[in-house]
Amino acid sequence: MSFGIAALAGALFAVGLAISGMTSPAKITAFLDIGGAWDPALAFVMVGAIAVYASLQRIIRRRVAPVLADRFHVPVARRIDARLVAGAALFGVGWGVSGYCPGPALVSLGGGTASALIFVVAMIGGVAFARRFAPG
Amino acid sequence: MSLASIVQGLAGGALIGLACALALLAHGRIAGISGILGHALDGGSARRFRLGFLAGLIGAGALVALVAPSALGERVRGLPAIALAGLLVGFGTTLGGGCTSGHGVCGVSHGSRRSIVAVLTFMTSAAITVAVVGARS
Repeated sequence: MSFGIAALAGALFAVGLAISGMTSPAKITAFLDIGGAWDPALAFVMVGAIAVYASLQRIIRRRVAPVLADRFHVPVARRIDARLVAGAALFGVGWGVSGYCPGPALVSLGGGTASALIFVVAMIGGVAFARRFAPG
Repeated sequence: MSLASIVQGLAGGALIGLACALALLAHGRIAGISGILGHALDGGSARRFRLGFLAGLIGAGALVALVAPSALGERVRGLPAIALAGLLVGFGTTLGGGCTSGHGVCGVSHGSRRSIVAVLTFMTSAAITVAVVGARS
């Protein structure tokens, strides 16, 4: 049950990415190409996602606990430091180069896109490298 | 930008928002993909959530390839550049504690100032990157 509900959430997330165009690297780089042939359509993905989630999370968090777990695990860190900014900046460079962020890369991997496989293997390497050499 | 792409963006975004809400309601967890992937093999109670979410995400990708293969776009860069980008994304999201989903959708919706700073930072660095290397090569 627990695994199945999580899988349903993952599948919904993937279908949302695919419908919205987020699994197309060319659409991502066109969205980021503000000084060039800018295509702002993907901004509406963020608008739709935040509109739905921001309203629902307010209602959900009135509960004492989630349905299948004993408590909520929402991040509470507040510190804005060099680690946050440097990490986000490096992520943005990789996103701009490839047109892949982690979700769409995993969806494309499931769809058999060879370049997404290479991206995901390298991404796992990057995670391991950060954990080994820059532990938080 | 066409009306259709705006509607698709809003509809797809709404589904993403629903998926995040389901993760929070059922498991009490943020649907941040980089964190889910990075901690997939950690032990503890969240393991089933993380592995289930990844199975759904990747499995639905196979379904998308069958039903709407054109949604999974072609690469815009050579394979060495894509491998380097993967390394940067894995390293950067681990350091920065999130990506487009965890910071961009969930963190911003929770009103986290950390997430707002992260989103502004990665949007800016991604736009600068595309300005430098072009939208495709």
